[in-house]
Amino acid sequence: MTYLAKPKLHHPSLTKNRVGYTRRDYEGAVSTLCAGCGHDSISAAIIQACWELDIEPHRVAKLSGIGCSSKTPTYFLSASHGFNTVHGRMPSVLTGANLANRDLLYLGVSGDGDSASIGIGQFVHAIRRGVDMVYIVENNGVYGLTKGQFSATADQGSKSKKGAVNTDAPVDMVGLALQLGASFVARGFSGDKAQLVPLLKAAMTHKGAAFVDVISPCVAFNNHPGSTKSYDYVRQHNHALNRLDFVPACAEITVDYAPGEVTEVHQHDGSVLRLRKLPSSYEAGDRVAAMNYLHRCEARGEVVTGLLYVDPDASDLHAHLDTAAVPLNTLRERELCPGSAALEKINARLR
Amino acid sequence: MKSIEAINDFVVKFANVNGSGSASANELFAKSILRMGVPVSPRNIFPSNIQGLPTWYEVRVSEAGWLGRRGGVDLMVAMNPQTWDEDVAEIEAGGYLFYDNTKSLPKSKFRDDVTAIGVPLTQICNATYTDARQRQLFKNIMYLGALSVLLGLERDTIVKLIGEQYKGKEALLQPNVHALDLGREYAEQNLQPIGLRVERRDAVGDRIFAEGNAAAALGMVYGGATVCAWYPITPSSSLAEAFQKYCAKFRVDPETGKHHYAVVQAEDEIASIGIVVGAGWNGARAFTATAGPGISLMNEFIGLAYFAEIPVTIVDVQRGGPSTGMPTRTQQSDVLLCAHASHGDTQHVLLFPEDPHECFEFAASALDFADRLQTPVFVMSDLDIGMNHRLCKPFQWDDSRRYDRGKVLSAEQLQAGVPFGRYRDVDNDGIPYRTYPGTHPTRGSFFTRGTSKNTDAKYSEKGEDYVENMQRLKRKFETAKSLLPQPVVQAAKAKAVHGAIYFGSTSPAMAEAVSILDGDGLHLDTLRVRAYPFADSVKEFVAVHESVFVVEQNRDAQLRTLLIEQFDLDPARLIPILHYDGTPITARFIAGTISKHLDAAKVLPIRDGKVA
Repeated sequence: MTYLAKPKLHHPSLTKNRVGYTRRDYEGAVSTLCAGCGHDSISAAIIQACWELDIEPHRVAKLSGIGCSSKTPTYFLSASHGFNTVHGRMPSVLTGANLANRDLLYLGVSGDGDSASIGIGQFVHAIRRGVDMVYIVENNGVYGLTKGQFSATADQGSKSKKGAVNTDAPVDMVGLALQLGASFVARGFSGDKAQLVPLLKAAMTHKGAAFVDVISPCVAFNNHPGSTKSYDYVRQHNHALNRLDFVPACAEITVDYAPGEVTEVHQHDGSVLRLRKLPSSYEAGDRVAAMNYLHRCEARGEVVTGLLYVDPDASDLHAHLDTAAVPLNTLRERELCPGSAALEKINARLR
Repeated sequence: MKSIEAINDFVVKFANVNGSGSASANELFAKSILRMGVPVSPRNIFPSNIQGLPTWYEVRVSEAGWLGRRGGVDLMVAMNPQTWDEDVAEIEAGGYLFYDNTKSLPKSKFRDDVTAIGVPLTQICNATYTDARQRQLFKNIMYLGALSVLLGLERDTIVKLIGEQYKGKEALLQPNVHALDLGREYAEQNLQPIGLRVERRDAVGDRIFAEGNAAAALGMVYGGATVCAWYPITPSSSLAEAFQKYCAKFRVDPETGKHHYAVVQAEDEIASIGIVVGAGWNGARAFTATAGPGISLMNEFIGLAYFAEIPVTIVDVQRGGPSTGMPTRTQQSDVLLCAHASHGDTQHVLLFPEDPHECFEFAASALDFADRLQTPVFVMSDLDIGMNHRLCKPFQWDDSRRYDRGKVLSAEQLQAGVPFGRYRDVDNDGIPYRTYPGTHPTRGSFFTRGTSKNTDAKYSEKGEDYVENMQRLKRKFETAKSLLPQPVVQAAKAKAVHGAIYFGSTSPAMAEAVSILDGDGLHLDTLRVRAYPFADSVKEFVAVHESVFVVEQNRDAQLRTLLIEQFDLDPARLIPILHYDGTPITARFIAGTISKHLDAAKVLPIRDGKVA
């Protein structure tokens, strides 16, 4: 961690985005995580993505559970409301917040302990319901704040810092999300910001349940030989599916690719996801193929990263519940209270 | 043998088989007496089962207006061979047994001191209908027909009720009336009048006959709840379902057809309360309905909502528990659980409705209190109120009433420079100001967490910040006292040295018990608490009485514990009167237990070594 407070004044030459904010306006308090923690890189990627997307910081709500990853919302977007909820229960709080006001961008930040163990039930059901959110799991395979216990995403056979071998089979969050119906599923690596930022931007503009699993090595407890979540291991075994260019709705598409080299996904807000294919055959629009591909790669010991699946026509919980276009938290007596005349009729029927 | 003779004052109990379709016939029975202007109070006594197990419907007819369970049965309608022996045994001496005599039963199955009234219901049904389900369903209407003759219920009134019930389904109307008349004809031709009669009166007034769960759901609609998250659990499920039903009627935008509400059946009670916390944090009025086991699961979130100061409304429809335990039996046994839910030093606001009227009122105002106090508020209903029809005052709503959204700073206020620190006690009432997410681009954002914070919601683990916060929360709880529904005091007819404190569904039994005791020359002042934290007037009530009986439906005298705790009272002055077998408390029980206490307390003179 750094002990130097960041200066509040910004350099006047800092570039502003289309809504008038500099990149610094998307920062938060100084991180208290360990130096080199992958989570800080993810916070930086979130800051970058929000700035590049011209999102007004106060229109974001950031929610988390408990753990190292769940501390990070303090370290980005200080102009947003944040909520450190209960261990493993961020998804339900986010669901309720989203129901109250459908107009904000909901960032759910969680970890592998928070989401794959204590909170797996809530993770499962928030994804199932199609809550419009970006659900980020900062996945390091280990409990950091309680000093190095295995988490449920630790691979079978991986070694703890103290030498213990994990005998339990891992929970595969990406596989789960695909099976549960997430309409956007990606995996990034905190050590590859160039890949992560566009993935986050695509997730933030996606309408529906977007799940992003980010392998984020724990430098204190899970970055040693024998770990499958260390920087070295992930770099050696990274199987990147595609390179994503995020093209906002207003931008002109200038770069041309040879036919077959690129797949374009047109999102509802007008933005375009341009996927430069790396493995020749991968299509990100086929859920079943994505699951098969993922399992085959995992069997070979590869860590698949990139955009695994996207359904650009997805719907969300509000669509399922047919709620009004205006946020529920703005409705007043006029819309909500049926009044005394209606009550008198009810009384009459109860006599 | 002298048979019981009574006009408009008796108890009829229907012994049925669950799933046999008896509920609607039984309800018609109760409602037709009401329509004749005579108060009734019915109670479902049912197992945790959908089909096959015994179920009872006990109707107390009381011109005097006593709505509590009386205890004892004057007329048993024994339709369940499974429970025949215990049903027959329960009848008061001189009472009546109505049964299906299609198949003859040995004399040993009857009692000499009970008048048996046989009607060959199965025989008539089998002769009239060929379909098995019809035979079953119309048997219920048929016994209603026979009973209406025996007790003097007006045919026209019942026919009108059947018409209302099948409005829009006219095809079902005529067959039901026919079955009713078959029962009536048999009774008119074959049966002798009995000593129990219903005679038309005007003792019901404008009161309504409502279920507490539906009433609370309606209160949530009127009170402006837009988010409901719940998990099915007896006896609260019908509350969330009623909310959904009322919303479909009242909360659909007439122009767009879009919904002004969101109901989520969550994966468990933890998610239910989490959704409510999230919605409350984000400025929507939100509630959940559950029972004791659900509250147990919600504890961690309830604590977070208390410390993070998030409006949350919870209806607890109390029952026995846990696990498979007594889910269909009533209790008031979650008082302490809710008052102190969660780890750490927590205190929560509780409201105690006595009937469906107050379920409606307290549900709507709980949403106000939760917003005003920024804290969880519990509406402590129970199965007796929630799942039974109860005669009560009509629901009321004043159209000039406005929702109290509490201390929320708007974008305009923030823009104008109103200073904001989330947990500052600006008004010295312990209640801080809050902002909704997304309000202002640069002002008003804050980070919500448990207790590790200072008054400006910045992360802090300093002891003095913690203590300051905890002291402010205590001040806020003091503020709540005067805001909440105040106790209802009823002075005895003559000067009383003893008092009684009670709450919730004990109300009707208590009123009757006071009248019984009064008749015996034992005078009691009573106080009904309607909210926790208790108003200071409760302490004064205890102070002016020699001793105070605390009447409640749990084993551990939970309300008494709270009273002693809040006011630092001498426990010896509060005498627990406890009823907790899962059946609703009765006036006979209360009056009997209190007089026993008072008798035992009498100092008797000793003469010649013998007690006089």
